Amino acid sequence: MFQFILKRLGLAILVAFTVSFISFSLLFLAGDPAAALAGETASGEDIEALRHLYGFDRPMMVQYGDWLFSALRGDFGESYYFKLPVAGLIFDRLSITMTLGVCGIAFALLTAVPLGVAAAIRPNSLIDRIALFLSVAGQALPSFWFGLILVVVFSIKLGWLPPSGTATWRHFIMPTIVLGYYAMPAIMRLTRAGMLEVLSSDYIRTARAKGAPEMRVMFKHALRNAIIPVVSLAAVQMGFMLGGSIVVESIFALHGAGYLAWESIGRNDLPTVQALILIFAMFYIVFTFLADVLNAWLDPRMRSS
Amino acid sequence: MTHSVSLKMTIAALALSVAAGEAMADKASGTLYAGFTKELENVDSYFNSSREGVVMQRAIWDGLIYRDPITNEYKGNLAESWTWVDDTTLEFKLRQGITFHNGEPFNADDVVYTVNFVADESNGVKTQRNVNWMKSAEKIDDYTVRIYLKEKFPAAIEFLSGPVSIYPNEYYAEVGPSGMGLKPVGTGPYKAVEVVPGQHFVLEKNENYHDSPKGQPSIEKVDIRTIPDVNTQIAELFSGSLDLIWQVPADQAQKLEQMGQFTVANESTMRVGYISMDAAGRSSMDPNPFTDVRVRKAVNYAIDRQAIVDNLLKGKSILVNTPCFPSQFGCVQDVTVYDYNPEKAKALLAEAGYPDGFETDLYAYRNRDYAEAVISFLGEVGIKVNLKYMQYSAIRELNMKGEVPFNFSTWGSYSINDASAMVSQFFKLGSLDDARDEGVAADLATADTSTDPATRIEYYTKALQRITDQAYWVPLFSYNTNYVFKTDVDYTPTPDEVLRFTTMSWK
Repeated sequence: MFQFILKRLGLAILVAFTVSFISFSLLFLAGDPAAALAGETASGEDIEALRHLYGFDRPMMVQYGDWLFSALRGDFGESYYFKLPVAGLIFDRLSITMTLGVCGIAFALLTAVPLGVAAAIRPNSLIDRIALFLSVAGQALPSFWFGLILVVVFSIKLGWLPPSGTATWRHFIMPTIVLGYYAMPAIMRLTRAGMLEVLSSDYIRTARAKGAPEMRVMFKHALRNAIIPVVSLAAVQMGFMLGGSIVVESIFALHGAGYLAWESIGRNDLPTVQALILIFAMFYIVFTFLADVLNAWLDPRMRSS
Repeated sequence: MTHSVSLKMTIAALALSVAAGEAMADKASGTLYAGFTKELENVDSYFNSSREGVVMQRAIWDGLIYRDPITNEYKGNLAESWTWVDDTTLEFKLRQGITFHNGEPFNADDVVYTVNFVADESNGVKTQRNVNWMKSAEKIDDYTVRIYLKEKFPAAIEFLSGPVSIYPNEYYAEVGPSGMGLKPVGTGPYKAVEVVPGQHFVLEKNENYHDSPKGQPSIEKVDIRTIPDVNTQIAELFSGSLDLIWQVPADQAQKLEQMGQFTVANESTMRVGYISMDAAGRSSMDPNPFTDVRVRKAVNYAIDRQAIVDNLLKGKSILVNTPCFPSQFGCVQDVTVYDYNPEKAKALLAEAGYPDGFETDLYAYRNRDYAEAVISFLGEVGIKVNLKYMQYSAIRELNMKGEVPFNFSTWGSYSINDASAMVSQFFKLGSLDDARDEGVAADLATADTSTDPATRIEYYTKALQRITDQAYWVPLFSYNTNYVFKTDVDYTPTPDEVLRFTTMSWK
């Protein structure tokens, strides 16, 4: 197990390094940070002066090496746009994104797994149909549209929830639903499919035959096995939520890390984008790793492999 | 496309739900809640280049001079009076008894420190053009100060009434731009009491505001939140937690107006939309039709600008025939005007050897719908145009290398009411100059630096006439801004696109 973890860690570092290098080269090719920095009223000479001041005129490898060396010491540099240390800038916003991501995945799991199980127990029943409808709707509804509908209904018509911002926990309710709903269908379908497969397997028949109570069969025997792929999927979804909640953050004016990433790309704010890409990549790596550990716990067969 | 459809559907949905909505932010609370779309990088006005930054700058700080946005008359603000000692030296008598928000008294030291700090290029003021005409400042006595210019610069007064605000020397020396950005201190009508970057700013009325031409603030408190999505801003307005939003797209403003629940005010801005053409043949396009004046004229004739204004921009937008905004000093309107005439365009194209038109790329960074309208008008006379929709900075970079044959762009002149802020930016052989007309550049050089207004007008006229005769650009129209606010807010927007909290009041 320890060796397995070490191997995974080494791989993770390599992935993070590759991601940072590729993103750095892409950003390097994509645009001129000096022009973005100077703003639209700047003249050609202003831009040239800024380019030299920030060292954008040096070769790419030198700039990358510089960045990597500082990043390894935890210094992500100063944002070109905000003129503030990137680490602090991201830290402030990450807490919003993390809160949203955790709430979103919790919402998705708490609705999708019971629905998936219920749908699998009674396939083609009314509850299965409802679950199917919800998942199709979840896939089809763009989150910006769904978010606005919620705002119209709950903020404007009913006046129950604030439309945007982060001041209280009530501000997070609608964003959580929108973000979680997007991840829900896949989790539910996977739970349903997994449960259906497991329920028709021999050991479930055996468990039932030896007279185990139905609840115990469902949750101890069936769900435990059916949930394994769901854990892996949820980990990926979680990474996606943390890095990809841009639309939701924008609609609900949450000012989290996803929105910061999106805006920073437009502003050519290289240090911020670089650091965010690295952090998002790390999220994926950490969550996949945690999912592996969790799966190994759920399924002893995985521990040996 | 899907986005604009969704906007319309949202508006429709919002319209259906007008009935509800209790007011939280209103007159009774004494706080005016406003929404901004863009996040401000730094409240320190020398270190941001956005419109929102200008709004904050005018509220928190003062300049030596003030320009009345209606009459365009210059009045003393922190300065009581000023005189030109010679062509490159300005002397100011400062107003006495003014204090900064932190209690620091205002005097000549503050002016000297601020000017010397911003004029030093290594301090990295973001928009160099706003400050790089100043060489230095010198204290004569506690309330007399001189500003030395690098060279003759007649627009100095205009710049001093705009982007150049005076900072408290002791405080600024201690905290620098980043400290100033988080805890701004000025002499202005509003004090910044809370700054949460990216989220909101709270301004509070400056009870001790001096007798400034800006007028005395009336609204106690202003809370500005950053809400990137226009639909969310409108939802906040409906739910009662915002009192005022601005820069609302025309179609939404129109619908909001029809509902009758809010005041919708429209005002023109100095931003001019234009199309530049590679007349000098710098791009790799071969053959390059734009080097032929007949083709450039044909392009001018082919676009029905009035139709674009009437159907897309609406509001107080006007047709612009010059590469500058008509209110700017020196932006004479006695120029060649190309009215919509597709037949003439086709004839000119045939004459130039393109009877079946030609194919080219149009670069654009905003208002995709306007660009598409232009493309369809050009299509009607046989010019097949492919749209290259990119980030502003990316196009600008290509343009500086001379690789953009055909460019739909805009220029806001930083609200500076002088033609030099626009035409001279693009026609003085700089890297963005696609015409590269030496005669024009020479005339502009004279006009920009002469201290005699009549001479300036004479040379701007020459330059602008030559530019329009040669049809180097297609000047299109001016932009407008929609302001939407609750009916208990009293506010009249000004044509310079600056939101002024000082002139707002509760009804």
